[in-house]
Amino acid sequence: MPEQILWFAVLIVLMTSITFLLVRDWRISLAILAFQFLGMFLLVNSLWPLGMSTAKLITGWMTAAILGMTQSSFVIFPQQEGSWPEGRTFRLFIAALVIIAVISLAPSVLTWLPGISLPVTYGGLILIGMGMLHLGITIQPLRVTISLLTVLCGFEILYASIENSILVAALLSVINLGLALVGAYLLIASQSARVQKESE
Amino acid sequence: MSAPVIWLGIPAVAAVILWAIRSERWTAILGGSLAMFLSLLAISIPIDQAILIGNLSIRIAPVFEIFGRRFILSSSDQLILFLIYGIVSFWFFSSSVARISHRLVPLGFIITSLLLGSLAVEPFLYAALLIELAVLIAIPLLVPMDQKPGKGLIRFLIFQTLAMPFILLSGFLLSGVEASPADVNLVIQAGVLLGLGFAFLLAVFPFYTWIPMVCEEAHPYAAGFVLMIFPTIGILFGLSFLDRYTFLRESRQLYEVLRFIGIITLTTAGIWAMFQNHAGRLMGYASIVATGLSILAMTLPNAGTAVGLVFLLIIPRALGLGVWSLALTILQNNVPSLDFRTIKGQARSLPFVSAAILGASFSLAGVVPLVGFPIQYSLWQGLGQVSIPLGIWFGIGMLGLLVGGLRAAVVLVTAPANTFRHSSESWGERILLGLGVVALFLFGLVPQWSRLILDKLPAVFERLGK
Repeated sequence: MPEQILWFAVLIVLMTSITFLLVRDWRISLAILAFQFLGMFLLVNSLWPLGMSTAKLITGWMTAAILGMTQSSFVIFPQQEGSWPEGRTFRLFIAALVIIAVISLAPSVLTWLPGISLPVTYGGLILIGMGMLHLGITIQPLRVTISLLTVLCGFEILYASIENSILVAALLSVINLGLALVGAYLLIASQSARVQKESE
Repeated sequence: MSAPVIWLGIPAVAAVILWAIRSERWTAILGGSLAMFLSLLAISIPIDQAILIGNLSIRIAPVFEIFGRRFILSSSDQLILFLIYGIVSFWFFSSSVARISHRLVPLGFIITSLLLGSLAVEPFLYAALLIELAVLIAIPLLVPMDQKPGKGLIRFLIFQTLAMPFILLSGFLLSGVEASPADVNLVIQAGVLLGLGFAFLLAVFPFYTWIPMVCEEAHPYAAGFVLMIFPTIGILFGLSFLDRYTFLRESRQLYEVLRFIGIITLTTAGIWAMFQNHAGRLMGYASIVATGLSILAMTLPNAGTAVGLVFLLIIPRALGLGVWSLALTILQNNVPSLDFRTIKGQARSLPFVSAAILGASFSLAGVVPLVGFPIQYSLWQGLGQVSIPLGIWFGIGMLGLLVGGLRAAVVLVTAPANTFRHSSESWGERILLGLGVVALFLFGLVPQWSRLILDKLPAVFERLGK
């Protein structure tokens, strides 16, 4: 695969992960997640056959669909998080710190993992870093689920360079779907509790 | 028929059937009976040997293949199967009293099956994936559909999920280390990743914050089950790593790091336990102390003693947490919350519950003559021989937990003067709690039961147990 496409995929995951950090709307967040899986597909496709990387893409879109369908069924939407830190400038600043960390870490990862290219390393590390960052600043079930999916997405990109077993890919897909189902369950649970509280 | 089908497949299928049964009582009885049957089967039927039943010859194969990967349950795993299913059966039988059997039994069977599968799967790296699936299944167990998920549950999901990538990557690096053990950089990288993976998985210091939070938010019996089964299997998984890789087993630095992690987990949790004002959180800290004990047991210089103590520690942990969480569930049904202000003086109306809480907390703190004492005493003695300061810190941690238990005791028995004494527990609750407390004493007074485990131990781990 031409390296330009891989750098384009890195740009996609960089833009999506930063945008997810800044937006609050669940529709945009899920659309971003779907785009993120597209970037992941392009990166994994450089390591795996098309069929297997397509399966990853479809799994990713299914997770976004599960979360989207659950969220759209609510009459009352969950309250926005009011916790620290809220400022967009601050979020951009810490995102920049993560990117600097990724740039400094990528050459070492290149030596650990054989057969991996620089853009793939960047793509994986960016997603892991930004996912971790987001996990540290949110407790909303939807955003936690998306962040965990982001971290796993980054890990799967790196792991694809060392493991191309179909069973591992299938189990990781099951975990992604399971995580989306758990996220949906947590969303429904918090919604039910909220409706119950308001009706009392 | 193969052993993995019997001990991993049947419980998973049974879980689906039990899910359809609407009666709490029957779910508990059927689930408990099946778990008990599987436990007894594990010690009574040999694996990979022909058995004659009349004219019929049966042989249980140890291997089950699926998509080119294998699940192996050999005769060396029978002790683990016996222990885990035995413990699970008692949890399931008591679950109807806790009014949670409809959730606990089916999900508990799937979790147990997945976690035991993680010990049986080859290549063993798949274990991390199976553990992660078990974590996802545990979420509906911990939070019902009509309850807002709390911060503790979210942290549980995050921390346990983060364990998987670290363990998978470390597995890859460890295979590289096996090929070139002289590569120091590779050994360090593998060690760091493996350490982080197990730190998340076992919830050691500083990643244990979710445990007291979950104990505060979730149903106490469900929380107790999760705190019993996940760390127990996590420790066994850790031992299998040590058993498999010679360079890990022979590394002095690794044991020093483990000793440091174990003692800091135990001491900090013990000290925090002293200051708790919530009976559920106190149980959470006791469970962290129990994990610290198991990690410390792994580091004893004599590998045979170390593995023996790790296995023996499973019993007081399971029994203590079982009795404690059942008592907390009954207590929670009678009071609005488990906060110390709310449960003040409850020993007058809930004497069996109070006795069970005190018995379990004292047992986990290693008070004589309860079940925790003989094993913790041996461990303390072993650690003291390694290093005196280590023994002192161990004592401080256990003292902290004991003080936490004493504070709970004072709160439970302190009631206004002239309070009417009556037991409001049902007969079923009294019998189960009474049996639990008797078991706590009995296992402590008659430590010979440990021979049953220790005699079979050398077979469990090829290299470590010897």
